Amino acid sequence: MKLAKTLLAATAIVALAAGAAQAKQLVYCSEASPAHFDPGPLTGGNDFDATSHAIYNRLVEFVPGGTEVAPALAESWEISEDGLEITFKLRPGVKWHTTPYFTPTRDLTAEDVIFTFERQWKEDNAWYNYLEGMTWDYFQGMDMPKYIKDITAVDDLTVKFTLTEPNAPMIANLAMDFASIVSKEYADKLEAEGNLAAFSTQPVGTGPFVFVDYQLDTVIRYQAFADYWDGKQPIDDLVFAITTDPSVRAQRLIAGECDIMPYPAPADIAQLQNDPNLTVMEQEGLNIGYISYNVTEAPFDNVNVRKALTMAIDKAAIIEAVYQGAGEDAKNLIPPTMWSYNDEIPADEYNPEEAKRLLEEAGVTELTTDLWAMPVSRPYNPNAQRVAELIQSDWAAVGVNANIVSYEWTEYRERGKQPDRKGPFQIGWTGDNGDPDNFFATLFSCSAIGVSNYSNWCNDEFEALIQEAKTTSDQEKRAELYSKAQEIFKAEEPAMTLAHSRVFMPMKKTVLNYKMSPLGNHSFKGVDIQE
Amino acid sequence: MLNFILRRLALIVPTVIGISLCAFFFVRVLPGDPILAMAGQHGVSPERYEILREQFGYNLPIWQQYFNYLGNVLQGNFGVSLSTKRPVLTEFMTLFPATVELALVAMLFAVLVGIPAGIFAAVKRGSWFDQLTMGVALTGYSMPIFWWGLLLIIFFSGYLGWTPVSGRIALTFFLRPITGFMLIDTILYGNWAAFVSALRHLILPAIVLGTIPLAVIARQTRSAMLEVLGEDYVRTARAKGLSPKRVVNVHALRNALIPVITTIGLQIGLLLGGAILTETIFSWPGIGKWMIDSISKRDYVVVQSGLLLIALIVMAVNLIVDVLYAVINPRIRVK
Repeated sequence: MKLAKTLLAATAIVALAAGAAQAKQLVYCSEASPAHFDPGPLTGGNDFDATSHAIYNRLVEFVPGGTEVAPALAESWEISEDGLEITFKLRPGVKWHTTPYFTPTRDLTAEDVIFTFERQWKEDNAWYNYLEGMTWDYFQGMDMPKYIKDITAVDDLTVKFTLTEPNAPMIANLAMDFASIVSKEYADKLEAEGNLAAFSTQPVGTGPFVFVDYQLDTVIRYQAFADYWDGKQPIDDLVFAITTDPSVRAQRLIAGECDIMPYPAPADIAQLQNDPNLTVMEQEGLNIGYISYNVTEAPFDNVNVRKALTMAIDKAAIIEAVYQGAGEDAKNLIPPTMWSYNDEIPADEYNPEEAKRLLEEAGVTELTTDLWAMPVSRPYNPNAQRVAELIQSDWAAVGVNANIVSYEWTEYRERGKQPDRKGPFQIGWTGDNGDPDNFFATLFSCSAIGVSNYSNWCNDEFEALIQEAKTTSDQEKRAELYSKAQEIFKAEEPAMTLAHSRVFMPMKKTVLNYKMSPLGNHSFKGVDIQE
Repeated sequence: MLNFILRRLALIVPTVIGISLCAFFFVRVLPGDPILAMAGQHGVSPERYEILREQFGYNLPIWQQYFNYLGNVLQGNFGVSLSTKRPVLTEFMTLFPATVELALVAMLFAVLVGIPAGIFAAVKRGSWFDQLTMGVALTGYSMPIFWWGLLLIIFFSGYLGWTPVSGRIALTFFLRPITGFMLIDTILYGNWAAFVSALRHLILPAIVLGTIPLAVIARQTRSAMLEVLGEDYVRTARAKGLSPKRVVNVHALRNALIPVITTIGLQIGLLLGGAILTETIFSWPGIGKWMIDSISKRDYVVVQSGLLLIALIVMAVNLIVDVLYAVINPRIRVK
């Protein structure tokens, strides 16, 4: 009987697929399977592509292709004089997805917004721990509990956030994936059925695409949402064909099995660029690979030693050999796509003679030090071991003897945080929300020592600038402050900024209106296929 | 016979305990903290860290953790994946049919090509065919699988366009799994075009995965055949005036196949353990790829229970092979 039922249902699906033969389908060869479909606790870029960008919306969202924030589920917002209250006006008539497992009876309201954040925030909320061992990584990581005092509904379509202190990056935080708005009505239904886990496998959102089906490690299917508040999408079906190996993804694109793919292998880029049917878009990634000097340990406590060591490194050679065209010299901590980037800062000079002189002047001769190499490959540093080897030989030329050390990734980061860590430490960062605070404060504020400030660098002047920028809402003023902070950073050299990655996105020429996101997301909102 | 099976079954108990111990402790001696691995680049607060340690029982003494784990496993609870939060057993059962389907087709390919090639090489010993077959077999055996797979994809899928690059079926077919075996499911749906598509998707991965077993089987068949062809009863058969064909196919082959069957059984056991490289290259959603992805995600629970489940499957297959072997060759039962 069960088999007969399944067969019947399946026949219906096949019939549906056949009937929709003329439907416009976009196939995206994605790089990994999503852990699940609830964006709140998720952390991976591929997780967010499959959830928040396809199925959900946020109060505010990053403009396609940029890091500026624009209205989404909130039509408008107001920040009070003292910067302590943000009031969002919700868009009226926003529909929730209707799926075989849930039929909504009401539109989006303030209740949904409050539920979205309270489940991540309040430990007594029934949803705080609804999956075994879950953590609300981003909500915690962006320090939301520290800054949010209260979230209240003024009326059905007005939500007020009360903050503990003025916080300019808060709006950008609310545009992040973890802040995707989920349905309270759907959550209540699952709670009544005692089936909380389904919230992570059968998603319901307000976004441009409705979730249809997921076959583990194989394929995710979506359908354009007919009642989407911003209009139905130009394509009808969106398919994520999960293909982990980058060379195989490239072959699938060439063979026409998919229309667009992320993260090609560096070795395949030339072939993809030469294919007459394909276009390869490219952009700097919102990231930085750098080498942290521990400024509390001699001789790295001497700024001239740090400068000399940076000067002794042939960055151009490293970028060519290790990044193979997928990297760009970083002269600042933030990438050039980010607002407040200070282009006046001169690039690091490669001058072994001068480096030698500076070291001698500082009384550093016969220095032997550890040099840390990350065990993992990241876009901002694809091969830290190779980088370390190149630096080792550059330093040998100025009389510095480096021993390369490496550990398993979590272990590596833990040891890197030790206050008495010996030697320069390779590490990097990928931006979360396009706000400069997310780089400067996260990586080099005094309070980040022992967390992610691997240089143990706490500079009063720098700290004052970034703290002022954090509490100022005028963006122009903030840009000025960050611009100055970059000057201090360069003068003090707590770390050598190595490179930003270059990101490539190959696609068929028939794919229209795709915009690369500097934040590294892959969103298919507004994308069309030429027939 | 029953006695034999019981003896073999009794041997499984200590093996399972040994494997569960290995899986459990290997995963624990790996550097890195599973809780920290679960949290992303932002880390986790010290309070939450303690709560999670308690929730997963990592605060208990290690022997107690092991017995808790063993107790859960005996009740069919293999734990919940750290990343997907789904039961490990559910994920395993979802993905296992894909591995079985690929392994069986690869084995079929290896047997259908390997045995005749081995026989022919033995009969024509020293001929150019023999030397060619054994040369190719040696190459096949030493071929790096990843390179071989990509080469076939680039040539047959990219250049000639004859076969699909990867996946189990064309994306235009949207069939929810019934048995999880794509060939069977497409037949159950009565969708002929889908069946052809599934078959086409199997060709390259089956060839890649079948290459090493094919080489092993061909070499094994050849040497077993050569040995048997020198036996007295074969000479007798020839002396009786039987046709060379009959001597080879009936008298020699039957006896030569006994060691070959053992080889086939062992190879199937290995293939069912998940063809990590082949599954990764062809985006084949099986347990080999699942294990590798879990290792890179540091999903300790999946790695630990996955190892145990795979070991159980391999042991089960070996047991079946041993029993079949005992059926074919009564001398085994007595030993």
